[in-house]
Amino acid sequence: MDSLRNLSRFALDTLRLLLVGNRYYYAWVGFLLALILCGVFAYTGQLSQGLIISNMRDQVSWGFYIGNFTFLVGVAAAAIMLVIPAYIYDWEPIKEITILGEMLAISALVMCLGFVLVDIGRPDRFWHIIPLVGKLNWPASLLAWDVIVLNLYLLLNWFVVTYLLFCAYTERHYVKAIVLPLVLLSIPMAVSIHTVTAYLYNGIAARPFWNSAILAPRFLASAFCSGPAILLILLQVLRKTTKLRITDEAIFKIAELMAYTMGFNLFLTAAEVFKEFYSGTEHLVFIQYLFFGLKGHTTLVPFAWASILTGLAAFLLFLIPRTRKNWITLNLGCLLIYASVYIEKGMGLIIPGLTPDVLGEIYEYRPSVTEAFVAAGIFATGFLVFTLMLKAAVPVMLGEFTARRRLGGGSHPEPSDHNHSAREVTP
Amino acid sequence: MNASHPGPCSGSCPGGEGTPGRREFLAAAVAGMAGALAGCGKLSMEEFLQRNFRELAKDEIQKILLRLEKEYRAKFGKPVRVGIEEPMQGVVFGYALDLSRCIGCRRCVHACVRENNQSRDPQIQWIRVMEMEKELGVDVQHANHYYDPAVVPREGHFYMPVQCHQCRRAPCVKVCPVGATWQEPDGITVVDYNWCIGCRYCMAACPYGARHFNWGEPQLPAAELNTETHYLGNRPRPQGVVEKCTFCIQRTRKGLYPACAEICPTGSRKFGNLMDPKSEIRYVLENKRVFLFKEDLNTKPKFYYFYGV
Repeated sequence: MDSLRNLSRFALDTLRLLLVGNRYYYAWVGFLLALILCGVFAYTGQLSQGLIISNMRDQVSWGFYIGNFTFLVGVAAAAIMLVIPAYIYDWEPIKEITILGEMLAISALVMCLGFVLVDIGRPDRFWHIIPLVGKLNWPASLLAWDVIVLNLYLLLNWFVVTYLLFCAYTERHYVKAIVLPLVLLSIPMAVSIHTVTAYLYNGIAARPFWNSAILAPRFLASAFCSGPAILLILLQVLRKTTKLRITDEAIFKIAELMAYTMGFNLFLTAAEVFKEFYSGTEHLVFIQYLFFGLKGHTTLVPFAWASILTGLAAFLLFLIPRTRKNWITLNLGCLLIYASVYIEKGMGLIIPGLTPDVLGEIYEYRPSVTEAFVAAGIFATGFLVFTLMLKAAVPVMLGEFTARRRLGGGSHPEPSDHNHSAREVTP
Repeated sequence: MNASHPGPCSGSCPGGEGTPGRREFLAAAVAGMAGALAGCGKLSMEEFLQRNFRELAKDEIQKILLRLEKEYRAKFGKPVRVGIEEPMQGVVFGYALDLSRCIGCRRCVHACVRENNQSRDPQIQWIRVMEMEKELGVDVQHANHYYDPAVVPREGHFYMPVQCHQCRRAPCVKVCPVGATWQEPDGITVVDYNWCIGCRYCMAACPYGARHFNWGEPQLPAAELNTETHYLGNRPRPQGVVEKCTFCIQRTRKGLYPACAEICPTGSRKFGNLMDPKSEIRYVLENKRVFLFKEDLNTKPKFYYFYGV
C-alpha cells in the first residue's frame, strides 16, 4: 500500500516536473507540439480522402511510412549497443547511460507504432491485430510476429526505465533479481525486433531485392551504426546542459564500437552489390534502379549515392583514432552515419524492393506532401516523448528529485542546492 | 475452427457462439477509444464490432448480409443481393490461358470490371494484359503494359494476360497478419473486406500483381452496378481495403463461367473443375504444352498458360 501511494505521488510529481522548465524547454516543446499539430492536420486529410493522397499506388504499395518504420526499429534495437558492454563486461562508465538508451528505444518504438498506424488503410480496425481480441495470423505472418515483439520490447523497456527511476525517487535500491534478468532479456529482444522486421521483407520471394539471406544481418549492422550516433550527440548535450556525469572514456568507447559496426555494415553492402552485379541475373534491375536508374527513371539515384558516400566518410572518421577523438569530426561522423542509414532505410530499401513491380512496371514513387507532414508529426511525437522522459529522468538520476525532497521542497520544482554529486541509478 | 474447410458452410461454428464474452467485452472497450480516435462518424458500432467472416455463426452472417443490402440500397438507390453461395462438393476450379490465341484486345479486362463492381475512379482492374515481343519470350522487364495501337495484335508481339493465379501455396494468405484472406475449399482465395486492415502486406507478397488496394473511396456509378453479388466477391468495396480476382465467385459457384472466360472472342480462356477428369481444363492440362508463370516461386498456381496451336 505504501509503495502504491509512493507510485501515485511519483506519477504526480513527475507530471508537475514536466510542466515547469526554462524558456528553451517551453520553446522546444512548443515547436514539437506545432509540428505534431501539422501532422494531425495532414493525417486528418488522409483519413477522410484515403491513402490516395499519398503517392503510393498498387505498383509501389509501401513507401516513406514503412521506410521510416524500418529505420526506427533499428534505432530502438540499438539500445542494446549500450546494454551489452555495460552488463556483459561490467564496464562502469557505460552503465550510467544505459537508461538513456532504453528511453531512446521507447521513443523510437512509439514512432514505429505511429508509422504503422498511419500506413494502414483501416486504422479503425486496428483491434483486429490485437492478440486474443482480434485474430492474429500467428505464427504464419511475420507481421504478426512483429506486432508481438515490438510491443513486448516497448513494455520491457518502459518497465525497466520506470522501475529504476521510481527506485531512485524513493531512494531505495532496486531489486537486482528483478532488473538484471529483464535487462539481459532486452538484449535478445533487441536483436529479435530488428531480425523479425528484416524477415518481414526477407521472406517475400516475390521481391528478389529483399529476398537475400544477409538482409537481417545488414539491418542489425546498420542499426548498430545509426542508433549509437544519436546517443553520442545526446550524451554530449546532456553533460553540457545538466550535471549528469558522462566521461569522455564512455563516449570514445561507444565510438570505437561504432567503427567496427560501420566497417561490417559496409562489408555487407559490398557483398550484396557483388552478388547482384557479378551474377547479373534479371534480378539485377532493382539495384540498378537504385544506383543508376532504369529506363530513364532516376529518382532514387542521388539518394543511393548520398547514402554510400556519407557512410564511407563516416566510417573513415570513426576508424582513424585522431578524428574519432576530436569532437568536431566525431560529431560530423555521427551526422554522416545517421544520414547514411536513414537514407538507406527510408528511400533505399522499400522503394527499390517494389520498383520495378512484379510485372516489370516502373512507377516512380516519391513521398507526397501529406506523407512528409504526417512523418514530421510522428517524429515530433517521438522527440516529445523523449524530451519529457529526459526532463523527468535527469533530476531523478542526479538525485535531485526524490520523494523526500519533494515533501520538503514546497512547490519549487527544482531544488536550489546543487552541491551533491551525481549518483548512479542503473545497476 | 476447421482450417481445411473454413467457409461458413460448415454449419454451426464451434467457438463462434461459445467464446464471444471476453472478446466482445475487450472489443467493445477498444471500440470507444477507436471511434473517438478515428472520428469515423459513418461507422456503425455493428460494423465496427463485426468479427472475421470465418468466425461468424450462420444467423450472424444473415444479419450482416441484410445490413449490407440495406446499406447498398441506400447508397445506389436500387436493390442489391449479397449472397454467400457455398463451395460445391468435389470442385476445385482451375484456369488455363492460351497464349497462342490471345490477341490482347482487353475485352476480358473490361468485362471483369463490369461484372465485379471495381471502382471506376480511381480505376481498378483485376486483369493486366502485357504486350511482349515474340523474340524475347515471357520477359516482364520488357513488357508493355500500356500498349495502345489502333489494331491488335501487333506484328511480332504476343499478349499475356495476368490475374490472380489462385495459388495453392498462396503467399498473400500466409502473410496476412489478421487472417482476412484465405483459400476456400474450391480453391478460390477470397478477402473479407470487412476484416482487412489495409496493411498491404499481401500486395508486397503477391508475385503476380493480383492484389489491388482501394486508395480512395471507390466510385461506382449506380447505373453500372452489378446487383448480383457475393459477400466474398463482387459486392461494393469500402475505402482502404484490398481486393482481388475471385474467379467470379458469384458466377462460378452457380455453374456459370467467369466473365473474362465468357467474353473472350478467341476462346483463349479455359475454365473448369480440376477434379473432373472429363472437364475441358483437364483436357488442356493433359494434352497441351503448359507452363506456369514464375514456377520457381513454388506458389503452385491453379492458373496455367498453354500453347494451343
